[in-house]
Amino acid sequence: MNTNKVIQVEGLTKMFGDFAAVNAITFDVEKGEIFGFLGANGAGKTTAMKMLIGISNPTSGKANVAGFDVFKNAEAIKKSIGYMSQKFALYDDLTVKENISFFGGIYGLSRKRIKKKSEILIEELGLEDVANKLVGSLPLGWKQKLSFSVSLLHDPKIVFLDEPTGGVDPITRRQFWEMIYKAAHQGTTVFVTTHYMDEAEYCDRVSIMVNGKIEALDTPKKLKEQFKVDHMNDVFLKLARG
Amino acid sequence: MKRFIGFIKKEFYHIFRDRRSLFILFGMPIAQIMLFGFAITNEINNVDIAILDHSKDATTEAIINKISNSKYFSVKQFLDQESDIEAVFKKGKVKAVLNFENDFSKNLIKDHNAKIQILTDATDPNTANSISNYINAILSQYQKELNKDSNVAYQVIPQSRMVYNPELKSVYMFVPGVMTVILMLVSAMMTSISITREKELGTMEILLVSPLKPIQVIIGKVFPYIFLSIINAIVIVLLSIFIFKMPIQGSLVLLALESVLFIITALALGILISTVSATQQTAMMISLMGLMLPVILLSGFIFPISSMPLPLQVISNIIPAKWFNIIIKAIMLKGVGIQYIWKETLILIGMSLFFIAVSVKKYKIRLE
Amino acid sequence: MKTILYIIQKEFKQIFRNKGMLPIIFVMPILQLVILSNAATFEVKNIKFGYIDNDNTSTSRALIEKFTASTYFNVLSDFNSEVEASSAMLKGDIDVVLDIPQNFNHNLQKEKYNNLGITINAIDGAAAGVENVYVTQIIKRFNKDLKVDLLQVSDQQIQTVTIESIPLFWFNKTLNYKTYMVPGILVLLVTMITLFLSGMNIVREKEIGTLEQINVTPIKKSQFIIGKLFPFWIIGLGLLTIGLTLARLIFNVPMLGSLGLMYLYTSIYILVILGIGLFISNFTDTQQQAMFISWFFVVIFILMSGLFTPIESMPYWAQKVTEFNPVKHFVEVMRMIMLKGSNLNDIGPQLLKTALYAFIMNGLAVWSYKKTN
Repeated sequence: MNTNKVIQVEGLTKMFGDFAAVNAITFDVEKGEIFGFLGANGAGKTTAMKMLIGISNPTSGKANVAGFDVFKNAEAIKKSIGYMSQKFALYDDLTVKENISFFGGIYGLSRKRIKKKSEILIEELGLEDVANKLVGSLPLGWKQKLSFSVSLLHDPKIVFLDEPTGGVDPITRRQFWEMIYKAAHQGTTVFVTTHYMDEAEYCDRVSIMVNGKIEALDTPKKLKEQFKVDHMNDVFLKLARG
Repeated sequence: MKRFIGFIKKEFYHIFRDRRSLFILFGMPIAQIMLFGFAITNEINNVDIAILDHSKDATTEAIINKISNSKYFSVKQFLDQESDIEAVFKKGKVKAVLNFENDFSKNLIKDHNAKIQILTDATDPNTANSISNYINAILSQYQKELNKDSNVAYQVIPQSRMVYNPELKSVYMFVPGVMTVILMLVSAMMTSISITREKELGTMEILLVSPLKPIQVIIGKVFPYIFLSIINAIVIVLLSIFIFKMPIQGSLVLLALESVLFIITALALGILISTVSATQQTAMMISLMGLMLPVILLSGFIFPISSMPLPLQVISNIIPAKWFNIIIKAIMLKGVGIQYIWKETLILIGMSLFFIAVSVKKYKIRLE
Repeated sequence: MKTILYIIQKEFKQIFRNKGMLPIIFVMPILQLVILSNAATFEVKNIKFGYIDNDNTSTSRALIEKFTASTYFNVLSDFNSEVEASSAMLKGDIDVVLDIPQNFNHNLQKEKYNNLGITINAIDGAAAGVENVYVTQIIKRFNKDLKVDLLQVSDQQIQTVTIESIPLFWFNKTLNYKTYMVPGILVLLVTMITLFLSGMNIVREKEIGTLEQINVTPIKKSQFIIGKLFPFWIIGLGLLTIGLTLARLIFNVPMLGSLGLMYLYTSIYILVILGIGLFISNFTDTQQQAMFISWFFVVIFILMSGLFTPIESMPYWAQKVTEFNPVKHFVEVMRMIMLKGSNLNDIGPQLLKTALYAFIMNGLAVWSYKKTN
């Protein structure tokens, strides 16, 4: 096994009855890479991601995440990954600090470490003034950044982001991508789904899913050359329209 | 108006698409009424008793036979001494012990008087009292038989006529009661939850900024539940007629109208609850914790309101279920028309208007 | 262990931060305990009584006087005709009507006996039965007086026999129903609070989306469930403590048995309820569904607990069904310990059944909670 490949997927399939939500997808993700997972709504992105993070059982195929098999060892994967869902999933009725210490706690971080981490994190995000405020009262952009930071709390090998920038303003999106770059720079592999095509340009490599299948996979530059267009948006449109 | 109808349609789609909730909404009341109609009764039936017979003569045997032949009691065991009584009570094996004195027959002949102790486990005082009364009734019946030759001079013989329920069936009491409880709780719970759910999911704001008036939004949300509750009421009435053989002495139309009125009262209460709660959780806890026991206990469904302490009789007046319970029993069993129940009907109308007025006011305050 | 502590801490914070819920969890049950315990009586008194006196003689008045004097009857009206009386009964103003016929006194003197019409509203069959007993007793006493008043020298003295029954009410001599109801209603309140809270809990996180976030963490199923259960377990025991204190202070309910035994049983009992709640929570998609199902079970638990209506009166199959009702066992045990002073040995069977129940329900709760779908 190539140790540089932190995610290896081969023929991974998820059936709902007769319907193949994810149809035999195959790809690898390298360590430290920002891997864009693109597709229209309903193309199967979220379903595929849920199999990789061990909360959805695959129907068939092979998949290995952070060195563990998703069929046999789903629970073990969870120690090495972070996840930020599409829907904001921190506790609205806990404060910023309480959320950090809660998630730190269930990932088994020591009290000292949690304390230190939350100080750094709050400072980096500029949340000092609202650290003791309920998360529910924060604007969406702040919430998103906070939940990204929380997903990195236990220094995971890979972080999975499911449409992390949905509904936030362009400035926050920009800042969010800077955070992603920083994480990748520090060696964390980033697996991100999005349907903003400009964001696709920021990724090292992207795959495009259509109707449960991966129809294209390469660097943004090569994909644009292959489809002879100037923007990722056009690549996407060409694929989606078949 | 067109928009409004469209909105109501959307609400119906919501409800009918959630098969599981639909099944719960219809299946559960039916299951409950079936279970309770058959199982709940405050008649005394097959109560286990024990006998401590110090005489063991012909008379005591005759009395014991009389008691064990009645459908009310079954003699579970015979004790040998007084000290056994406490043990059987503590284990909870029997509810009553009959203690015959020594030389029972002899005393009856010699002194014209013999004594029996009726010991009851009064940790449940209601049942203990009934048991004691029933045994007494059997004893006086037996005594009458003994005295039948000695015609007593000058007596008034009461001829009791039990009206509306000649066989004293407790199902006549409980089926209307269960119907009241189910309609009240289901209706109040459903509306309060469905409205707070929209609040929590943030979709309420979208509805409120639409050209629909707030009152239309509320009516639109509640309307499908009126429909569902009416179906529930119909099913319950059919079950009570065909399964429990309840008579419907009065007019079915009146019964239907009064049920609709009560459903509206309950739904209005649900709306009121939704205006004071921010989350579904709060709404549910208020409509469940807040309504369940008061409705069961203060509606006259199980316990007679006239026997309660005065303050509770006063409090029971604010329970809508109490008034509906009076109405429904009057229509079904007494067969009365509106002239006998207009007061109760007006009270329910008044309550509904009050709940709606307060809710509208609360909504306005928030919107301003 | 540390992980569990984090969950417990979080749950407590969330509970105590929800200002709308706190009064519902703590104030509402206490209020209901204090108020509603007074309601649950089958005692029949203040019977709404009316009469029609077609005779209007000293004898008929003497009979009415007997009813007026009785504490059970509330003599409300005297009617001129049967029509008037039956209309009042239809309205619900009157429950018992005594109809004294014309020539009541005259016939009594002549024929030595007379029939007397009593009409009783029997919709509440049990109450009607009791009312009938009271009426009969009053008339019996009236007959006794008659004998003394009207007995003429010519009448032969006939000795009749009496079987004298002496009722004795054990454990609760004065038949104070509150002694019985307070522990019972306390049981219901503890059950309702813990079931509703636990039933809504996991499904609520499912609905908000936070459960998914928990499921991608390496937390163990059992850690999560225990962490979730514990706060409600404490709340249940807290409620029991407040309730028992009030029972003692306000209602003067005795505590004959051991308090420790009470807590031992209750701590196991609450586990049963929490297990049921989490099981429901795991099987539903929305809080609404979870609530309806919990509601369904609570109504059944309450009405089939033997608290309001006796279990012995139920048909055989229904009695068997009540074996699966945890509330039934709790009501029984609470009464046994508090009012009878039963010891560990006496409540042994119930304790074992409840422990087994707790084991099964929590097993099901852990099993049905799936981190992976």
